[in-house]
Amino acid sequence: MAEPLLAIENLRTYFHTAGGVARAVDGLSLTVAPGETVGVVGESGCGKSVTALSILRLIGAPGRIESGSRILFQGRDLLSLDGRAMRAVRGNRIAMIFQEPMTALNPVFTVGDQVAEVARIHAGASRAEAWKRAVEMLDRVGIPAAGERAREYPHQLSGGMRQRVMIAMALMMQPDLLIADEPTTALDVTIQAQILELLAELQRQFGMSVLLITHDFGVIAETASRVVVMYGGEAVEQAPVRELFAHPHHPYTQGLLAAMPRLGASRERLQTIPGTVPAPTDWPAGCRFRDRCAFAWERCEREHPALHQLSADHASRCHLAVEPERRVAHPPAAPAEIA
Amino acid sequence: MGRRVAARLGQAIVVLWVVATLAFFLIHAAPGDPFGFDAPSITPATRAFWRHQFGYDRPLGVQYARWLDNVAHGRFGYSQSLHEPVRDAIAQALPRTLLLMGVALVAAFAIGILLALFQVQHRGTRRARWAGTIALLFYSLPDFWLAMVLLLAFAYWVPILPAGFTVDPVMHQYMAPIPALVDRLRHLVLPALTLTLLTTAGVARFQRNELLEVLPLDFIRTARAKGLDERAVVRRHALRNALLPTITLAGLALPALLGGAVFVEKVFSWQGMGWLTVNAIGMRDYPLVMAAVIVATCMVVLGNLLADLAYAAADPRLRAD
Amino acid sequence: MPTDGPRRRAGPGWKQLTPGARAACGVIVLFVLAAVFAPLLTRYQPWQQLDVVRLKSLPPSLAHPFGTDRFSRDVYTRVLYGARVSLAIGALAVLLSSSVGTLYGAVAGYAGGVVDTVMMRIIDTFLSVPRVLLLIAVLALWSPVPLAGLILLIGLTGWFDIARIVRAQAMALRDREFVVAARSLGARPSAIVWRHVLPNVLAPVIVAGMLAVGNVIVLEAGLSFLGIGVREPTASWGTMFQDAANQFVSSWWAVIFPGVAIVATVLALNTLGDALRDLLDPRQLPAHPGSEFQEPAHG
Repeated sequence: MAEPLLAIENLRTYFHTAGGVARAVDGLSLTVAPGETVGVVGESGCGKSVTALSILRLIGAPGRIESGSRILFQGRDLLSLDGRAMRAVRGNRIAMIFQEPMTALNPVFTVGDQVAEVARIHAGASRAEAWKRAVEMLDRVGIPAAGERAREYPHQLSGGMRQRVMIAMALMMQPDLLIADEPTTALDVTIQAQILELLAELQRQFGMSVLLITHDFGVIAETASRVVVMYGGEAVEQAPVRELFAHPHHPYTQGLLAAMPRLGASRERLQTIPGTVPAPTDWPAGCRFRDRCAFAWERCEREHPALHQLSADHASRCHLAVEPERRVAHPPAAPAEIA
Repeated sequence: MGRRVAARLGQAIVVLWVVATLAFFLIHAAPGDPFGFDAPSITPATRAFWRHQFGYDRPLGVQYARWLDNVAHGRFGYSQSLHEPVRDAIAQALPRTLLLMGVALVAAFAIGILLALFQVQHRGTRRARWAGTIALLFYSLPDFWLAMVLLLAFAYWVPILPAGFTVDPVMHQYMAPIPALVDRLRHLVLPALTLTLLTTAGVARFQRNELLEVLPLDFIRTARAKGLDERAVVRRHALRNALLPTITLAGLALPALLGGAVFVEKVFSWQGMGWLTVNAIGMRDYPLVMAAVIVATCMVVLGNLLADLAYAAADPRLRAD
Repeated sequence: MPTDGPRRRAGPGWKQLTPGARAACGVIVLFVLAAVFAPLLTRYQPWQQLDVVRLKSLPPSLAHPFGTDRFSRDVYTRVLYGARVSLAIGALAVLLSSSVGTLYGAVAGYAGGVVDTVMMRIIDTFLSVPRVLLLIAVLALWSPVPLAGLILLIGLTGWFDIARIVRAQAMALRDREFVVAARSLGARPSAIVWRHVLPNVLAPVIVAGMLAVGNVIVLEAGLSFLGIGVREPTASWGTMFQDAANQFVSSWWAVIFPGVAIVATVLALNTLGDALRDLLDPRQLPAHPGSEFQEPAHG
């Protein structure tokens, strides 16, 4: 296999708070190949956003990326770079777009200024030159009358436009990797589709990789080629998209997929996964999903499952991989707390 | 924008009316007699005549109406202690106070904002902590005490600056333009320095808090994600947002500045409105004291109005209305 | 069964205070003790003129650690006894303004709507008048004003900030579940304000109150300096500047020592107030260098 663009190895990001150590990301490994779109999916609290921020080292106190973690980008460990070298990567080789475009943009600067700033930081462009490039970029992401729009302020634009501005900002330097943290969650459904299309198109044009963070399987289905399912700060399943949808292995993945409402399905009750995500300060021993799993047995309580390879490109962190005969539904091991 | 101005003007007028009414009430409720000074030539008949002439024997309602009318036209009556119309006394003193306060305001905000920036850019270091402690120290000083200490230090122990007044009382009239200007500046230094030091601390504290409030916001994270270094993040992205409330602070600082000016003017014999007021205390010079309160309130109201307009102009979210 | 408010977090302990805050605590306690035990700490009286001929305006010495003023009174003694008056004025005036301000703010914040708007506008109006000038006007016109009157005036002109703070808290609390629950169970507004709102605004009021005491001490000193605050023969830290003002060029000790006392006390109060605010404010910001985003990441 060609060398991956991004290789996260055993990432552990802990938050050392007064209330205990929150192990938000606890031993995550994943890779992104050049030109690939990898989706990271999971409920809130599973550590996916923290993973994204960790890559760019945007984790502030009391959070810390623990030693033993490695984030290899184009062969270099990002965690060993000094401040200057890291800043040369941010916004330049790796860029990120965030969930809430309204709050993610500075309200007192024009959108044009904010997009142009990237060129001034990394390309040493003059104000005029940077502005020109910014307008071009805004046009490229599909903002009509880009020249005039650039002089407006974030509060004057609609949600979809603002997200386009964020995308323009991120792509100014044609980064090799774009991290998109819930890029469409805050938008209307119709706008969501437009933005996803835009992202796909731009990815093709620029030949970049995308790491797409979301809780929405629908988004994954449309855009990703590979998926990583996260739970409890770890990857619990990894597979190509089609494989994951067709043959989900991990009970959590199955639960998530079953919970998706489907058009045309008979009007039964929506399936839910009983229980709630445990607190990151207190991951249970053994398998972290055991309290909510229909198949859990005593092994799940005492032994933390490793990530088992089911096939060349499909892995699952579940004891069912070695004891498939245990896949018999029964009431969960601990009384389920319906939130 | 026009509606906003009109609304604020309306509020301002209400405030002034309330204060004028309060002043009227205070004058009439206070003990003592505006004409009660003891002098052999003043007979009861004279007092009665004055009372009639100044309308003190009219019914209260009529007096109130006349009072409001007078205040609106700036006719504050006659000052017994100064033997001139209050209006003239204030007209002379006000510019001096404005000069002092203006210099202090500008200097205090400039230095205070820079100090806050320093504290936030280097937060957690010892330097920043020391800066914070020094700011807190100056914030805790009594106005008159700092004035006295500075006077002691720079006019007596190390006599490099004059000990009082706005200009040299004897020599100024004979000076050529440039030396006269220097003379004015030399007299301005200590009182302005005092007021500035006291106000800077408050500004720095406020600005620092505002900066720290802005730092956890999302767009700061975006700025970092763009590869901007931390100092530029604070200076360019955070400050611009954190300066907005500071504009409002400028308006809110005026009452405190006016209060501080009273003590500073007294210690340095700076013949501004504060000095006038203090001197009028012992003399029961009702009209002068009340006029000072009303004029001071006027200044505060005006200052707040300007600050409000400046804020609306500076915040793009408010501009487009 | 009406719900009790949210379980109150245990208050900050001694351990959580910074060394600076602990020192500040110590200083305040020191001054309070000095004030209370003044008669034990000095054998003179504050008004006692020791020897008008030989002992006036003496610089600090062993017999008189802070020197004597121009009426040959022992400055050290006057600082000790002055502490009683100044601290008492501070405490009482702030007690008054805290009470008024809290009540006013709680009512305004909880009521909301027009009532709140009107009440806040009233505060805005009063805030436009510089406190010092207003006090000068009233104190001068009604002079001489007894001590009780002085405290009353200072207290009644200083409740606006606390009212604003409490109002903000009350408005936030109004929509919290336990208040909504109490309301839906039919509790009267006054009961809700008393049982649920007030206990939860205690923390910011204490912080504001602490800072206010410092302000009042400085204010009283200034007014007494002008001659319209505390009256002789009562000695407060401020009255000591009255006489000294004319002579301070030649007898700096009469000005410096009482000044240091004031500054030390106010600085301590401000430091402690700041420290408490940092502890009680839920939006705690960790103070770390900006280099968190720049240096190699391994912790």
